Amino acid sequence: MQDNYILETQNIAKHFPGVLANDNVSIRIREGDIHSVIGENGAGKTTLMNIIYGLIRPERGKILLRGKEVNVSNPAVAIKLGIGMVHQHFMLVPPFTVWENIALGKEITKRGRLDKDRTYSELDKLMKDYRFSVSLDEKVEGLPVGIAQKVELIKLLYRGVEILILDEPTALLVPQEVEELFETLYALKSQGKTIIFISHKLKEVLRISDRVTVMRKGKVVGELDRNEADEETLAQLMIGKTLEPLHSVASERGEEVLRLENIKLSPKLKQINLSIYKGEILGLAGVEGNGQRELLEIITGLAFPEDGRIFFLNKEIQHIDPRAIRELGIGFIPEDRQSMGLILDFSVAENIILGKHYKAPYTIGNKLNLPIIYQATEEIVKKYDVRTSSIYKPVRFLSGGNQQKVILGRELSSNPVVLIASQPTRGLDIGATEMIHSLLLDTKKEGRAVLLHSSDLDEIMSLSDRIVVMYEGEIVSILSPKKVDETTLGLYMTGMRKDPI
Amino acid sequence: MIRRVIISILAPFFAVILAFLLGAVVIVLLGENPFYVYKVLFSNSITNVDGWGYVLFNATPFIFSGLAVALAFKGGLFNIGVEGQIYMGAFAAAWIGITVNLPPVLEMPLAFLFAMLIGGLWGLIPGFLKARFGAHEVINTIMLNFIAMALTNYLVNNPFKEQGQINPIPQTKELYSGAIIPRVYPLLNKIGISISSSVPLNYTLFLALLFCFFTWYLLERTRWGYEIKAVGLNPKASRYGGINPAYITMITMFLSGALGGLGGINDVMGYRYRFLDGFSHGIGFTGIAVALLGKNNPIGIIFASILFGILDRGALAMDVFTNTPRELIKVIQAVIIIFVAVGNELIFRLLTRLERERE
Repeated sequence: MQDNYILETQNIAKHFPGVLANDNVSIRIREGDIHSVIGENGAGKTTLMNIIYGLIRPERGKILLRGKEVNVSNPAVAIKLGIGMVHQHFMLVPPFTVWENIALGKEITKRGRLDKDRTYSELDKLMKDYRFSVSLDEKVEGLPVGIAQKVELIKLLYRGVEILILDEPTALLVPQEVEELFETLYALKSQGKTIIFISHKLKEVLRISDRVTVMRKGKVVGELDRNEADEETLAQLMIGKTLEPLHSVASERGEEVLRLENIKLSPKLKQINLSIYKGEILGLAGVEGNGQRELLEIITGLAFPEDGRIFFLNKEIQHIDPRAIRELGIGFIPEDRQSMGLILDFSVAENIILGKHYKAPYTIGNKLNLPIIYQATEEIVKKYDVRTSSIYKPVRFLSGGNQQKVILGRELSSNPVVLIASQPTRGLDIGATEMIHSLLLDTKKEGRAVLLHSSDLDEIMSLSDRIVVMYEGEIVSILSPKKVDETTLGLYMTGMRKDPI
Repeated sequence: MIRRVIISILAPFFAVILAFLLGAVVIVLLGENPFYVYKVLFSNSITNVDGWGYVLFNATPFIFSGLAVALAFKGGLFNIGVEGQIYMGAFAAAWIGITVNLPPVLEMPLAFLFAMLIGGLWGLIPGFLKARFGAHEVINTIMLNFIAMALTNYLVNNPFKEQGQINPIPQTKELYSGAIIPRVYPLLNKIGISISSSVPLNYTLFLALLFCFFTWYLLERTRWGYEIKAVGLNPKASRYGGINPAYITMITMFLSGALGGLGGINDVMGYRYRFLDGFSHGIGFTGIAVALLGKNNPIGIIFASILFGILDRGALAMDVFTNTPRELIKVIQAVIIIFVAVGNELIFRLLTRLERERE
């Protein structure tokens, strides 16, 4: 069969100071394929895509579109050529409605005013063709991530794009939204569109791709057809070594350490009763927005329950505020790692002491004890393998995985009795994820309690000793991961099933 | 790290050079010779000891107002109310000076503390309103400027007006000698620097430098500074880290106001020995420019204050010896601020990109 390549890159090279981001990268994309480009963070996937999309100029190399060399000098040119990209962080105007966002930049006007009727009819047709169902009049700011992503896709299709680049599209989606995205991608494929799918989640890649390109350290290290690829091969290519399969370790469940009684916070939480024991990982599952965030905020002192009581080692917590909670020995890895877990413009060292900065040994009297702070930071940076050129550098400049390691190192080094970890591996690459998983297991083995909140069901299933499922502000079931499969878990998460608790 | 420091020093430096170049264009448009005008400007300020004396005298209050703005800024607050805090603090100091008669070792610290207390409370009002009700401090500090000016205007025109004398500007009676900060010229003459006795430079300058150190120490070496900066950079993460942002906001505004409260000391206790109605003429607002140019850094603020001291001194000479109006100095000041503001942003972006690419 004669392969029909719609897009090729030849010997693309791009340096950033000190890093060879793309080293002679040549890839070929067949027309009508879903082609995945995978690799760890920093492997050069996004750089390559930004070059194809005209955001970065390469130092060397060519881009060929249908066999003809093209000069993609900026994104507008790319779109004109039929190449569109959906970034990890959406480029939408939140207070505008969906249709306004889609029309923006390609407005249909009538006597100088926006022609809503014609825009509508064009969009209706387009959405029917690709089987989208999005309400056009809604404001973007209220939309769930999955829908906002669809708006981005429609926006590109409306501009007549033939090749769609999706940069880590599933990073922020819950399982149901991922399913919907895949449906959409299949629909696009069946209409003859070509899709470039950037990811490091192997399961997804294997499900959706026709062909996979693997990158490592700026180079293409493999290009495989779907039927040649399996998880192990890909992982090995990606990280350059074999990966230990993830599984929980048995451990003795100890005494109850935290107990919530009838916790209420309207409208998000109705009557929560929950116990966490030493030596266990308690998984918290649920579709986003069903009260998990609020529950964790209450446990960590960031929010006050309207009603109910919290017990720590059988003693009621009287004074609920973040500092008091920390003093008890409850550590917290928050979901919003950049906006809550870190102060981005503070140095690594300053971030390492956040939350314990006010007491010995970090503060003596009111004076910061800088030598001790720096020494402790050096130790933590070493122990948790934080890759940074200096501990005085603002964490803003660290990669996502290293930022998360700063948080983890900070929280674990205080030896918490309970560790609350919310989405600890979201958006991280395999190496960092693996490390965080084994740290969580170690924490449990040391006899501490871990409350793990994650929308990655694999993670929940493989690490937890018990799984609590939340739906609409209630605990609908407490399950054993050994006796339940993902489908059943999904039924509880979507409210189709409920156990009497 | 070192590169970051160098770039952040170079940026304001270039802003100043560019501002002078643009000022030269304006001078040419006004039909004068920029070389001559700038020669007059600098020859009366920094080419002789007396000129330097005046420059440092001018710079002294700017150091306080610059520190006040910078400290608030570190805490994520924009204190535009330094002008009002200066009036309140200055009046408080003057009140001590005309009512309490003690030896200088007691009276001076008392006056300073009272100035800081009243200035601090004046800053605490918008701080409290922000912490408790979320009312924006910019609006409230501006409003409190008007109230402070009107209030001190009332006080100096009515209960505290100097009796038995007709003054062009309302003023209080003279402070007791214990509250008078001596001038520096005797000391300078003694160590062999010849400076005219008419130069009003006084020991308030050293107080200002001392407070530069205090402010630096507070911000960089104490847990309070850590908490102030944390709240300024990210209130949400601060709360997560067990810091109470509302409480820190109030403390920050109090401390900022206290520094502002010292901004009038140079004039009241070191120069006129009385409170004159409306004496400040914008020291507090210049403080915003000083903090911006000095990058909210105490050392930077010293240099920025000196620059603004030079400009103020030069403006006077320019007015007298050339046909260029002294408002040109305002133009140069404004252009410096614009270039620094734009330059900061550009440099921040440049650095972020460099660092990102390096990781």
